[in-house]
Amino acid sequence: MRGLALVLLRPVWWLLFGLSVGGRERLPREGPAIVAANHNSHFDILFLLSAFDRRAVQNVRVVGAADYFLATPVLRFVALRLIGLLPIERRVERGAVDPLEGARAALAAGRILIVFPEGTRGAPEEMGRLKSGLTKLVRETGAPIVPVYLQGAGRILPRGARVPVPFTCTMLVGRPIAADGDRAALMARLGAAFARLKAAAPPLHWT
Amino acid sequence: MFTASPLLIGFASILALLIAGTIASFWMAGIRARVKTWWVIVVALGAAMLAGRMGVIVLFALISFIALREYLSLVPTRREDRPALLLAYALVPASYLIVALDWYGIYLVFVPVYVFLLMPAVLVLNGRTKGYLAATGILHWGIVITVYNLGYGALFMNTPPAEAPLGGAGLLFFLLVVTGLNDVFQYIAGRTIGGPKILPSVSPNKTWAGFLGGVVLSGILVCLLAPIFTPLPWRAILILAVLMPVAGFAGDVTMSAVKRDLGVKDASKLLPGHGGALDRLDSLTFTAPLTFHVFAFFSSVRF
Repeated sequence: MRGLALVLLRPVWWLLFGLSVGGRERLPREGPAIVAANHNSHFDILFLLSAFDRRAVQNVRVVGAADYFLATPVLRFVALRLIGLLPIERRVERGAVDPLEGARAALAAGRILIVFPEGTRGAPEEMGRLKSGLTKLVRETGAPIVPVYLQGAGRILPRGARVPVPFTCTMLVGRPIAADGDRAALMARLGAAFARLKAAAPPLHWT
Repeated sequence: MFTASPLLIGFASILALLIAGTIASFWMAGIRARVKTWWVIVVALGAAMLAGRMGVIVLFALISFIALREYLSLVPTRREDRPALLLAYALVPASYLIVALDWYGIYLVFVPVYVFLLMPAVLVLNGRTKGYLAATGILHWGIVITVYNLGYGALFMNTPPAEAPLGGAGLLFFLLVVTGLNDVFQYIAGRTIGGPKILPSVSPNKTWAGFLGGVVLSGILVCLLAPIFTPLPWRAILILAVLMPVAGFAGDVTMSAVKRDLGVKDASKLLPGHGGALDRLDSLTFTAPLTFHVFAFFSSVRF
């Protein structure tokens, strides 16, 4: 169902946002795997999901903030039923369950996780600092990271905006990054991969 | 009107060209994507013209929307301008509604006069004066090129059947075939003859020989097709024979200059083998209004 709905949305994205996907074949078809993307807009999630193979998408979970997406019943329904949200607690008290536990279990069950390592949408079309919780997950589970750079979604619906405005979007999928080396080295490789993908995207004149 | 034979023969010739291109692309891998995209373009246009006036209006509205979106995504925009840009997109259905209602006089002034006044008035509301003049100019250029000028293609469909030998569809077919083949002629002439460059800082591959060769070949094409598809007198045909290829060239190089200014080679990756919609439509944005007004001036009572 979810796969079919996402495939049916593809022509809509094509017409409204001219979404072009570079390196679609690099998106994982089987888990455990992690897709790490930059995050500027709610549209990021929809574009990423629609880029996956129709069968693989059943297996995809999106890691997102529990305090935001589970706040209202409508949002909760959309997030859990349609998007496939894997809620994560952003603020954790001492002694509570490890917030990464759900993600760890999903990877162990062979799922593909979409994570936004900046942690929040931030300013439109700018990349924030990458958070290192991702590397902890990778080192524990051995799942490869596929970096994805999204350009343009921050103009369509930036944080705080209510009405989407059509703009052309580009999605660039990078080569998988193997889960070896220490955390700092892994973070550096991920940062470099994002920088390379960003440099390959069309120039953006946006102020 | 559509079933009249020259139009059918015309479309059959285009299909024959495409089939030849497809066969050639088995050996020439370089043109494969380009030929495939031409198939999509020809089938879409053919289906729209078969569907009649409303089919063409809807297809051209979609083309204008895609071209405007591509343009607005390429040029410098400011975050505060988002609501104004949303309004600019709304002008696409508004402008084509005027075509559908056949309000010719209003179509002529809607974008060039009233949108020209409306958009600066809307842009000023966000209060950001830094970059205001550039934003208004950039926006208006895009709206005229992608909405107003392309809209003339659809406006041809409002031609009363008695005013053209094959009706509005014949005039539109003439415009599209001459504009498309002119691009091809200028490219082929430039490649085969070579010689001094015409505008090296804008389009390094374009030569004087390509330009003049293209003008001659397209001029001959206009003289061959115009008596069949248009009611134009010979003096008007001769004017078009010179002006259509020159306008096509002008549309091509102005879009090249815009892309170069913005630091891109292609406007987008929408059409494999061609680049973006703007890369394919650039000549048409200049030839469409020109051809329409020559027809309106010399032959039409309605316009």
